[in-house]
Amino acid sequence: MSGGTRAAAEVDYQGLVLDYVRSPDQDAARPARHPVIVAGAGPVGLAAAIDLAQQGVPVVLLDDDDRLSTGSRAICFAKRTLEVFDRLGCGQRMVDKGVTWNRGKVFFRDAPVYAFDLLPESGHRRPAFINLQQYYVEGYLLDRARALPNLEIRWKNRVTALTQSADGVELGIETPEGEYRLRCDWLVAADGARSPIRGLLGQQSQGRSFRDRFLIADVRMEADFPAERWFWFDPPFHPNQSVLLHQQPDGVWRIDFQLGWDADPVAERQPDRVIPRVQALLGRETRFDLEWVSVYTFACLRMERFRHGRVLFAGDSAHGVSPFGARGANSGVQDAENLAWKLRLVVQGKAPEALLDSYDAERVFAADENILNSTRATDFITPKNEASRAFRDATLELAKECGFARRLVNSGRLSTPSTYRGSPLNTPDRDDFVGVMVPGAPAADAPVLIGGRDDWFLAQAGGDFTGVLFLGAEGMAEETAAALSALARGAVPVRPLLVLEPAPAGAAAREAGGIPALEDASGLLAARYDARPGTFYLLRPDQHVCARWRRFEPDLVRAALARATANA
Amino acid sequence: MPLNTEPNIAAADDFYEALVELHRDLTPEQSRLVNAKLILLLANHIGDLAVLREAMATARAGITPAGSDAILQAKA
Repeated sequence: MSGGTRAAAEVDYQGLVLDYVRSPDQDAARPARHPVIVAGAGPVGLAAAIDLAQQGVPVVLLDDDDRLSTGSRAICFAKRTLEVFDRLGCGQRMVDKGVTWNRGKVFFRDAPVYAFDLLPESGHRRPAFINLQQYYVEGYLLDRARALPNLEIRWKNRVTALTQSADGVELGIETPEGEYRLRCDWLVAADGARSPIRGLLGQQSQGRSFRDRFLIADVRMEADFPAERWFWFDPPFHPNQSVLLHQQPDGVWRIDFQLGWDADPVAERQPDRVIPRVQALLGRETRFDLEWVSVYTFACLRMERFRHGRVLFAGDSAHGVSPFGARGANSGVQDAENLAWKLRLVVQGKAPEALLDSYDAERVFAADENILNSTRATDFITPKNEASRAFRDATLELAKECGFARRLVNSGRLSTPSTYRGSPLNTPDRDDFVGVMVPGAPAADAPVLIGGRDDWFLAQAGGDFTGVLFLGAEGMAEETAAALSALARGAVPVRPLLVLEPAPAGAAAREAGGIPALEDASGLLAARYDARPGTFYLLRPDQHVCARWRRFEPDLVRAALARATANA
Repeated sequence: MPLNTEPNIAAADDFYEALVELHRDLTPEQSRLVNAKLILLLANHIGDLAVLREAMATARAGITPAGSDAILQAKA
């Protein structure tokens, strides 16, 4: 467990007021044109803007407000999202501040029925989850964004009009000093669940909502609960409903009470209602302060398509899920990372617009997976008729004695990244492989040695395409080194990375070609990738596998690269 | 293996008696819980999802829904 202490000089991100600054664009005779505008400076918009900017695409990021997240809001950030933040240059800060956790426990009435470990194996840089208030996540992303000279943020800039033609988008922007117009080649709409841009385009997000209400009470207290996700069904302190308890940094605890559909959302927010509920859980003697209170309902829904010409929807604007499973902010950040490299290649003229259709295909697929998991959890937690309530209670009662029933208990299937199995960017396997690193899968991490020092595999991959060649004791032929170097100089470069067997077997290969190399000291990397000497993986800039072979053949790599960039 | 709907229980009347006896003196709510547990136990024993789906479809066949679930259409 980490976190929990507050550095004296830490920024109060929740209280931060971000100044509106007049842009020269507001005085331009004709609307200024930018390659990419991102609307919405939440976690998704910030991640997209940072990713694009650090890949060399100038970005203007607009936000209609002048503050970061009010209240903790999203608190669970998943392993894959942390790996994205690592690539964006702020992962370590998140993990240092956050509360690391891997375990969840489920209680029925007054007894534990089920515990799960979300990362049962070691050898990963990042844990299954950290808990961190959304305002810290946004604050750390903001600090990173401000360090990028080609990323400009404009606060109090609200998009109020939008017209789109074949070659660009024109926006009407409202500011405290009046309106102005802006043009862009591409617009990323990360403007949240109520997305004004979605409305301006006449589009809708559709799905279903559940007749239930939940109360979030974030409290500040000294407590010695472990850093685990605790979920109760029908506990004695909150009968007939569910409760979730979860630790955040700074001694803040998230308590989520199910209230039922008939609860009065205004009255339930009042301290005189909230405090007794919290006391029922913690005991009357526990001292605590209310940090943030919110009553919410939720829906599982999505837009039919995430690409509308030159407008690309990401995060809550494109899709919504119930909070059980932490699939909202996490999937939004993963949208941003999927989109950023594709948009970069299109903006740079290295890939056709059609590549952006794969953003729609892959992230609609991911959204459906998230909606499915979140709907199933909600159906379990919020039974929608008497029969489903009976099955839920039966499952929980049987779970005490029967292993099969524990597997059915669903308090939320927590966010894992999608494997884009059917993606048009994948080159199907020609050779035999076993394991989960199929084309479309997010690349697994493993500990490695670089120049004798401990490091991580994923820290060496991504940003560009990466070509990972596993070498045996015999090392690498000169023509292989030459072919790898040629791929690295291509229009869409493939950065080569050699994987050496543990020393001394790999010693012979260490000389080869001046190409970056790492040592698979534990053998875990080869095991996780089912790799043998000669195995070659092509990884996308977002660290998903797009092709693999038992032998490195440059022509096959070039063909797979063309396919993965819609240039085939 | 498809769902077997031919006679498969040797002592059919004994089974039926036990099934009725299972619910003796229970309230409707208690019976619903017992039935739910029974279905879960048997479903796990069968294990084959194709068979289970076929059984579910057979159980529901011919019933015109006359209730409504607590689910609303959502639009944003």
